Amino acid sequence: MTTVLTLAALVLLLNGGVAVWRMLTARSGVEHVLPLLLLGTNASAILLLLAEIMDEPAARDVALIFAGLAALSSLAFTHRLWWRLPRREE
Amino acid sequence: MTPLDLLSALLVGAGVLFFLAGTLGLIRFPDPLSRLHAIAKADNFGLSLVVLGLACQADAWHEAAKLLLIWIVSLMSAVVGTHLILQVSLRMGREPDTDGRGE
Repeated sequence: MTTVLTLAALVLLLNGGVAVWRMLTARSGVEHVLPLLLLGTNASAILLLLAEIMDEPAARDVALIFAGLAALSSLAFTHRLWWRLPRREE
Repeated sequence: MTPLDLLSALLVGAGVLFFLAGTLGLIRFPDPLSRLHAIAKADNFGLSLVVLGLACQADAWHEAAKLLLIWIVSLMSAVVGTHLILQVSLRMGREPDTDGRGE
């Protein structure tokens, strides 16, 4: 069981690496922020798997923090732009 | 390996597959708005499956409840973050790519 979970955590770590590469080669403004959501979800999943592998319940709390940080980071990106851009006519 | 272990391993494996599908969508989709779809939906479903698989392995009910809480927080943050990024992207003038042929 631990082997399966460790393998899953390694694959998810590679997943996160691809997301970081995507963030570095992004061209426009929005494309910089998209991998942040992915990294938040990815980090939560890796930490939850690690909490089970290493029998460390504190890692679940850290996973909770990462899940919330993903929302906060997208909020920080859009907050400054939100009030300055004109509203779209529907 | 007990049947519960097998179910847990299957769920975690399916969750990791959905994560990989979401990242593949991030790389291959032509438009940032469709990439947002891939990240918000596929990755969160993968996290749901991973949480479900790990909840089968939990020792006590409060551990499973904490896992459920993490799942709910992740879903809500994906909803909020997706909507904000989408609105800013549309207000900046980026029209959605309707025929899928890229910029």
